[in-house]
Amino acid sequence: MNAYVKACGETDFGTPQKVPEGTQSAGAGGLCMSGTPLRGQATAILEIDGVSVTVPAGTSLMRAAAEAGVMVPRLCATDSLEAFGSCRLCLVEIEGRRGFPASCTTPAEAGMKVRTQSPQLAKLRRNVMELYISDHPLDCLTCSANGNCELQTMAGVVGLRDVRYGMTGVNHFTDSVTDDSNPYFSFDPGKCIVCNRCVRACEEQQGTFALTISGRGFESRVAAGQSESFMNSECVSCGACVNVCPTATLMEKTVIDKGQAEHSVITTCAYCGVGCGFRAEMQGSDVVRMVPWKDGRANEGHACVKGRFAWGYATHPDRVTKPMIRAKITDPWCEVSWEEALRHTASEFRRIQAKHGRNSIGGIVSSRCTNEEGYLVQKLVRAAFGNNNVDTCARVCHSPTGYGLKQTLGESAGTQTFKSVEKSDVIVVIGANPSDGHPVFASRLKRRVREGAQLIVIDPREIDLVNSPHIKAAHHLKLKPGTNVAVLSAMAHVIVTEGLLDEDFIAERCEDKAFADWREFVVRPTNSPEALEGASGVPAAEVRGAARLYARAGNGAIYYGLGVTEHSQGSTAVIAIANLAMATGNVGREGVGVNPLRGQNNVQGSCDMGSFPHELPGYRHVSDTLTRELFERDWGVVIQPEPGLRIPNMLDAALDGSFLGLYCQGEDPAQSDPNTTHVTAALAAMECVVVQDLFLNETAKYAHVFLPGASFLEKDGTFTNAERRISRVRRVMTPLTGMADWEVTMALSKALGYEMHYAHPSEIMDEIGRLTPTFAGVNYEKLDAAGSLQWPCNDDAPEGTPTMHVGQFVRGKGRFLITQYVPTDEKITRRFPLLLTTGRVLSQYNVGAQTRRTANADFYGADLLEIHPHDAEERGIRDGDRVGVESRVGSTTLPVSITERVQPGVVYTTFHFPESGANVVTTDNSDWATNCPEYKVTAVQVSRLVGA
Amino acid sequence: MENLPAIERTIEAIVAAKQSLPGALLPILHEIQDGLGYIPSESVPRIAKALNLSRAEVHGVITYYQHFRQIPPGRHVLRVCCAEACQAVGGEALAEHARLRLQGSDLTLEPVYCLGLCACGPALQIDETTLHARVTPQKFDALVDALEVDP
Repeated sequence: MNAYVKACGETDFGTPQKVPEGTQSAGAGGLCMSGTPLRGQATAILEIDGVSVTVPAGTSLMRAAAEAGVMVPRLCATDSLEAFGSCRLCLVEIEGRRGFPASCTTPAEAGMKVRTQSPQLAKLRRNVMELYISDHPLDCLTCSANGNCELQTMAGVVGLRDVRYGMTGVNHFTDSVTDDSNPYFSFDPGKCIVCNRCVRACEEQQGTFALTISGRGFESRVAAGQSESFMNSECVSCGACVNVCPTATLMEKTVIDKGQAEHSVITTCAYCGVGCGFRAEMQGSDVVRMVPWKDGRANEGHACVKGRFAWGYATHPDRVTKPMIRAKITDPWCEVSWEEALRHTASEFRRIQAKHGRNSIGGIVSSRCTNEEGYLVQKLVRAAFGNNNVDTCARVCHSPTGYGLKQTLGESAGTQTFKSVEKSDVIVVIGANPSDGHPVFASRLKRRVREGAQLIVIDPREIDLVNSPHIKAAHHLKLKPGTNVAVLSAMAHVIVTEGLLDEDFIAERCEDKAFADWREFVVRPTNSPEALEGASGVPAAEVRGAARLYARAGNGAIYYGLGVTEHSQGSTAVIAIANLAMATGNVGREGVGVNPLRGQNNVQGSCDMGSFPHELPGYRHVSDTLTRELFERDWGVVIQPEPGLRIPNMLDAALDGSFLGLYCQGEDPAQSDPNTTHVTAALAAMECVVVQDLFLNETAKYAHVFLPGASFLEKDGTFTNAERRISRVRRVMTPLTGMADWEVTMALSKALGYEMHYAHPSEIMDEIGRLTPTFAGVNYEKLDAAGSLQWPCNDDAPEGTPTMHVGQFVRGKGRFLITQYVPTDEKITRRFPLLLTTGRVLSQYNVGAQTRRTANADFYGADLLEIHPHDAEERGIRDGDRVGVESRVGSTTLPVSITERVQPGVVYTTFHFPESGANVVTTDNSDWATNCPEYKVTAVQVSRLVGA
Repeated sequence: MENLPAIERTIEAIVAAKQSLPGALLPILHEIQDGLGYIPSESVPRIAKALNLSRAEVHGVITYYQHFRQIPPGRHVLRVCCAEACQAVGGEALAEHARLRLQGSDLTLEPVYCLGLCACGPALQIDETTLHARVTPQKFDALVDALEVDP
């Protein structure tokens, strides 16, 4: 076997691929682009060991050799990191030059004649290896890296037979203590060869800079933080260091426990909307470890603490594996067979419909399940329930994105690939906290900022991107919660009144009348930064500076999250973002765009699959007769032409007594939806609540039927991430329950008398492609060959569409819309003087159903309320105190963290733990267009608990 | 620990005064060590934040240079030259003698690599103020005796 091809079949080329210069961003006037390494435009033809090879000039000799099929021994080089030149194993000879240059750091030049093997090189390499091994333990047979150790492999490659210095080097392993503080990996400095890969991965790939080399010479040691434990250091446990370690120094504890994998399967992470590709390394049906997939286009070999390590929930003892039913929610659960559970559900649903009408039941599509499963649930509702009462959790997160982007640009999705950020000159992050919520994308973004791109952060809170190692935002617009529209309109005002519009772009690509109306609107003095300063709390000069910087960027890109959408003016803010992008010509090429950072692994997909009550798959309105007829013919049913109920409408109707049955797949509204008291009252009012989930979640407390779900490891399908990328999810173990979720939906449909016939999810995708123009070119065969595809993928774009709106907008002409700032009704009063806003942390995921059941709880074990020192002092609150938080709808208690990250008057918390009840206090205010709840603004009072 | 606030004030003032210098890290570290005799670990987060660095990076620099101390020094610091020229004329033996002589002492012994007295080693520096040439164990003891009697 070739020693350079890992067990998984991936080749390590040693140094990163060089991109020819012509494809780099042109750069912006006056912006610092010096951080970008210059790559020669030309190619170089050279000869390596007699083989002629052509590479972009600037490519390392090591990589050029690898591309010619010649592998040069190396230890410190790996192709995910820039060359470092420290191990001295990759020396080569170049004809006409003296000495033995390191091939990893020597650029290929035209006409070079390189020799990678000679008696002298062999001797040198063996000598170098001797020095390494004199200082490395020889416990190979019992070492956890055995079978996958680059040091061992290189010792073999160079033919090491003897170590003249003895093999009892004292420097590294006699005094070393293994650091087991991290729950997922251990650090054994005794095995370290100080190749610096881990330090460089932490810097280059992850961008955290948590590792260093302490000391010098023989005293050089890899150190976390200030030579402390990994857990106490700045480490965020992304696993990049573990991934690149060539020895067993940094090793996954699961590998130490179980040994090396014997096979692996490529699949897609089931946490956030980044949608990282992973290689599930397996022993039989046991996962040994999840390794980020180098060819996964969303992540390119990087990962975060959730996807990389927090997969143990899949086999957690809390998993329910048998269906259960009960007559009343106060009764104990009773385990039954699948047949009985489904028969019972079907008969209850039909009973309710017979008594209360066809529209008295509905379903919720999960954004955590696959596209195929989402498609089936909406099909079940439309075809078997016979109504359009289907909705998804995007209702409570990015529904304003769907609406706002459709209205302005013509498509309900982000415009770019994640990789696009590598060509941005100015990056605006608004209402998003990527380093916690979308960490793998944040690493890309931070890398671009380190290369010289400028960053503008618009957020009420000082998120990590404002100021962290090697990252400093040029502007932080620290606005009051609920005033995004004021700030965005003010930025538009500056762009128009200061002559910063891209007039050519607008004239060519946007609707004249709509633009003229918008222009007339934004130039009004009431939209100036000065006029809106009082409302937003952002100094006018900061707004002007940020607007100028963005407008003058060669490539300006906007990334936004739920801090934009989850507001009473969520849709307006999305529209305002699209307006800014159109006004400055920042749409339709790489490096620019409007980029929603979607929350869940498949929230883009669940929306695409027609899980909204008003839209069939592909965002086509149910009132459109032609579309309806298309589905009616294929499904053999009549589809209702009127939109069905949204989740909030379902809940209201439940309290009215007109909505009594709910099929809720993979969602937990009782914890995740606002105003918990209202949600639970509605659920309690229903006659048949069916919950399909991995665990007995909060909603299951109100359920009459529990159908056990299958994790992403147990099924085939696809997820669609925030960049519209459809990636395969592959089954690595059989479902613990016996059935994958799509099979359960099919069986339920059958029990309801509407049979569906699919032998495999690929057949569901074939149907989706047949009925949905944007997916026409998507099928499993093509996905398997391409790795992933970005929709639209059809005859017009057979390989998919990485960048949208190139040349023209999907809707034809881009449409500017007026964005009048209207303050939210949720105002501070004497009784509720603080504004509560919510977010999430890196280690926990949403309602925490999965992450709480992993060692991620070691990183963040309880929700905290962040409060500014002034507000804390005024209330006599000390750090760590438990305080009462009360809004007009409810109250809860939380431990306090006093910090200047939040501004005075604003408090902040997360909603990962059910006992915290963050959503007990959030209200049912919602977006005017889509009913997306206003999670981000709740007027509250915080007070010391009596006796605390 | 009574003087911790004073130390914090010193660090704060040094960081504030120097943070906008190009390449501010080394000047800040030098000034803190000059002012306090060492670089307290508590100063690292403050320096890192001000310079947009990680704690690990600052720590890496501090530990890389022999010059920087992480613990307070004794009453006086004695540096014995361990570079090649001094080694050739008994520097190592002097260093070993010094190590034994100063065990339990409140004086600090540090190696140094060249004091520029290569022609007349072994060389010794006391408190970065005085240099001594051709230092023998006897001469070393006399110097130490004087330091111990007369602070």
